[in-house]
Amino acid sequence: MKLYDGGKIIIGIIIFLGLITIPFYFNAGKAVAPPKPKLDTPVIQALAVKECVKPKEIMRAEHMRILDDWRNSVVREDDRQKIVLGGKEFAKSLQNGCLKCHSNKKDFCDKCHTYMAVNPYCWDCHFTPKENRS
Amino acid sequence: MSIDRRVFLKIAGITTALGLGGSTLINGLKKRGLEASELPFAAKQGGLTAKRWGMVVDMSRFRNEHDIQRVIDACHNIHNVPFFKNPKHEVKWIWTDTFNHTFPGMESEFMQEGLEEMPFLMLCNHCLHPACVRVCPTQATFKRKDGIVMMDMHRCIGCRFCMAACPFGARSFNWRDPRGKDENGRPFIRKLNPEYPTRMKGVVEKCTFCTERLAKGLQPACAEESNGGLVFGDLEDPGSELREILRTRYTVRRKQELGTQPSVYYVIGGNDNV
Repeated sequence: MKLYDGGKIIIGIIIFLGLITIPFYFNAGKAVAPPKPKLDTPVIQALAVKECVKPKEIMRAEHMRILDDWRNSVVREDDRQKIVLGGKEFAKSLQNGCLKCHSNKKDFCDKCHTYMAVNPYCWDCHFTPKENRS
Repeated sequence: MSIDRRVFLKIAGITTALGLGGSTLINGLKKRGLEASELPFAAKQGGLTAKRWGMVVDMSRFRNEHDIQRVIDACHNIHNVPFFKNPKHEVKWIWTDTFNHTFPGMESEFMQEGLEEMPFLMLCNHCLHPACVRVCPTQATFKRKDGIVMMDMHRCIGCRFCMAACPFGARSFNWRDPRGKDENGRPFIRKLNPEYPTRMKGVVEKCTFCTERLAKGLQPACAEESNGGLVFGDLEDPGSELREILRTRYTVRRKQELGTQPSVYYVIGGNDNV
């Protein structure tokens, strides 16, 4: 088998591989710090018992599923039963529930969403707390 | 390579068993969604409930444009309904039109004076047989147990079948981003209610009989603001104020002949108690 213009092709392949692996060289050996969502909003600091509806690990992995469940039960089944945390009642709601404590969307929601490159469209309709409302 | 029938059947059988067994296994192993019952729920709170919500629009109670505008503003302000100058972009939950447009086919050659010019309040009729619900391909609009035709904005794909199906024009499409601003820099949503979401470009919206207020035990905003011009109640409850009006006054509904069974009734006559 004869490779016509073999030199050019092989050099081309090497250049191509070099180019597309640039991101790997660029970040080699550098660990990107995992996101640290902040929990220091005034409301949370004022809480006697600092707990969410579920433990931290579950919230991290499953919060989107919980929000989805709430959405279905509130919008479709009209089940708006409130949740009690540390003696306080919270609505099953992103805008009127979660964000009452987690009022720092930029330092809380966005931290992980940006890191994971996910772009949830919650904020197209639901208001974020005052910090960045135009 | 050639295989005989026996080998072929064996391979086919094993593949099928693996395929079916594998998917069952994977589904079984997959972590189930969180049970809602595991959350620390508060005691159930009493909201307004009914078998079938309905409304009477008593036109004799609306003396002037101001009375009507107050009702419209009450609704549009709490629900973050945007105002678009271009009538083709209009978004409305409750609005007015002339008699001829409200009750087509009921107009006549010699009509009561002033009737033709009178602005009639209109809103979603929350029909017993809603055409919009039948055509929605994603069940984004659906009928609740209490008769309210509700929208699930998360599911709406903006196909506008419901708008074509609704004979009452009760549905509006968001042609533009409702959070945007007009050419003068004025936001389309005149007064933001931070407790209620907005919609996004590309979804259809309409009146929901204020489900979020009913859950809190409040009347719909329009009925509350109308000074008795809009009476909200349970159509299936013979003792309700609504049924009392329907029993004692002559009422009409919009486009009854289409068979959607609207839940909004109109008292058109003057204040002369029959």
